[in-house]
Amino acid sequence: MQDMTLGTLIAVFEEMFGRWLFWGLVAVALVVTAAYLYVLIRDRAMSMHKFLWAQIAMPFGAVAAVAFVLRITRSGLRDIGGPIDVITLLGVAAMGAVGIAVLVYTAQSLARPLVRRPKT
Amino acid sequence: MSRRVELTTSRRGVLGMALAGAAAAGLGTAPAQAALVRSSARIVIIGAGAAGTAFANRLVQRLDGAQITLVDARAEHLYQPGLSLVAAGLKPPGYVVSRTTDWLPRGVTLVAEQAAAIDPEAKTVTTSGGQRLEYDFLIVAPGLVLDHDAIEGFSLDLVGKDGLGALYAGPEYAARTWQAASQFTETGGVGIFSRPETEMKCAGAPLKHTFLIDDIASRNGAAGKYEAHYVCPQSVLFSVPIVSEKVRMLFGERGIATHYGHTLKGIEPGRKLARFETSAPGADGEAVKSTVEMPYDYLHVIPPQRAPQVIRESGLSWADKWTDQGWLQCDMQTLRHLRYPEIFALGDIAGIPKGKTAASVKWQVPVVEDHLVAAIQGREGTAIYGGYTSCPMITRVGRAMLVEFDYDNNLVPSFPGLIAPLEELWISWLMKEVALKATYNAMLRGKA
Repeated sequence: MQDMTLGTLIAVFEEMFGRWLFWGLVAVALVVTAAYLYVLIRDRAMSMHKFLWAQIAMPFGAVAAVAFVLRITRSGLRDIGGPIDVITLLGVAAMGAVGIAVLVYTAQSLARPLVRRPKT
Repeated sequence: MSRRVELTTSRRGVLGMALAGAAAAGLGTAPAQAALVRSSARIVIIGAGAAGTAFANRLVQRLDGAQITLVDARAEHLYQPGLSLVAAGLKPPGYVVSRTTDWLPRGVTLVAEQAAAIDPEAKTVTTSGGQRLEYDFLIVAPGLVLDHDAIEGFSLDLVGKDGLGALYAGPEYAARTWQAASQFTETGGVGIFSRPETEMKCAGAPLKHTFLIDDIASRNGAAGKYEAHYVCPQSVLFSVPIVSEKVRMLFGERGIATHYGHTLKGIEPGRKLARFETSAPGADGEAVKSTVEMPYDYLHVIPPQRAPQVIRESGLSWADKWTDQGWLQCDMQTLRHLRYPEIFALGDIAGIPKGKTAASVKWQVPVVEDHLVAAIQGREGTAIYGGYTSCPMITRVGRAMLVEFDYDNNLVPSFPGLIAPLEELWISWLMKEVALKATYNAMLRGKA
């Protein structure tokens, strides 16, 4: 690979997904992240109840992300050939897990805002 | 009340962060380019394939006022690295096809005719429609021609029938190749995979096709009922020794038989017989030639490959090398013609020891751009092409080796320490499957 710059990477991703889908996905990721930060700042607390549901969703997100990548690339776990493959696969799983956790937490917080009990 | 105020601030903060992120991302898309060079040069590019198109896109980003003309009659642009995938049933034929005009920048003129003659003394190109184009600089990038007639008894009409494949001939033929190959992967028999004795486009493709069809056959109905034979005129499997050895080991593991010194000369489609000329050193050291016939149930034909007629008739080819093939005589580091400094070669046509691949084009284009722009400015260019070629060598569905090398047969991995070049990896397959076409398209647009 020659001249691996951010510009090159973005150009490649634009070609991979199509310009609108790529920037649409970037926008969705930014909106979800922004919403997550918003509920954290708004509530000034993590709800352990909501976080529990987010954690329960994590393995599902991890498996779904790996299954999605394997499916679109017509490959299977038997094709994992070396350490870099394992690292890549774990990276995909981690992104799926974190992504779904943020999404689940944010969705719950937006649907059911934290109710603070009045101080007695 | 105070809570409300803080909330507003937070919203602003969040919005600010989002904008900052978008701005940071957006900054990266601005192409890093030098100031435009003013020029009224007439630049003619023969060929609007990978090389011609990528070069035109880069030129319009570098020059202001130059008159850039592309000459190519082909309405379809082919993403040729995808043909191997089509011929293994992994992608539809449409995967490799787009329109030539989809990729051309504003400000260039496309003459949709073939180049019919080049006069390097008068500095003119004449097209098949009789147009005479004068140039100050000429970029020769017409690609190459497949000499199917050189294989006696073979014609493209036969592809897809009676166990015959020929994936190089284009997307439809690659799809028909898969028709013949898929039948072999179900019913088994003898599969023969050939390669020509001439220089060729992507010397890894014959190996990839062998690996893929062998892999699919081993998982389908043909399992245990087929033989795979790789038959080549050369005495090695790949021009880079270390890669050749690795492929030899993999062929050994898979049980793929290898026959060196065999050149496909003809076929008898009715009897399913392939005729090879063999060459082996005799007792006196002289090569002894003979003919052998091999029966097949599936035969993959890759014909000899040569420069287009217009190049061979132009007097621009090497006079003492590749005389039966006619590749353009040029300096291997600058791709500049050795007798006509205003002429450059790009892509398959270049008479250099390596590099008839899209990956080579990606590295050649900036070099020729540098020398051409330097010539316009009245100075010498400095960029050098070191023979970089890349071959994502698919070794089965789901795994590949990301082989990159140069003129000196050195491995030049893009990700040293991360992606081992001689290891069969899923990530290398991932790159071929997902990222390669996108990178190719970005290259066409002059962005990679």
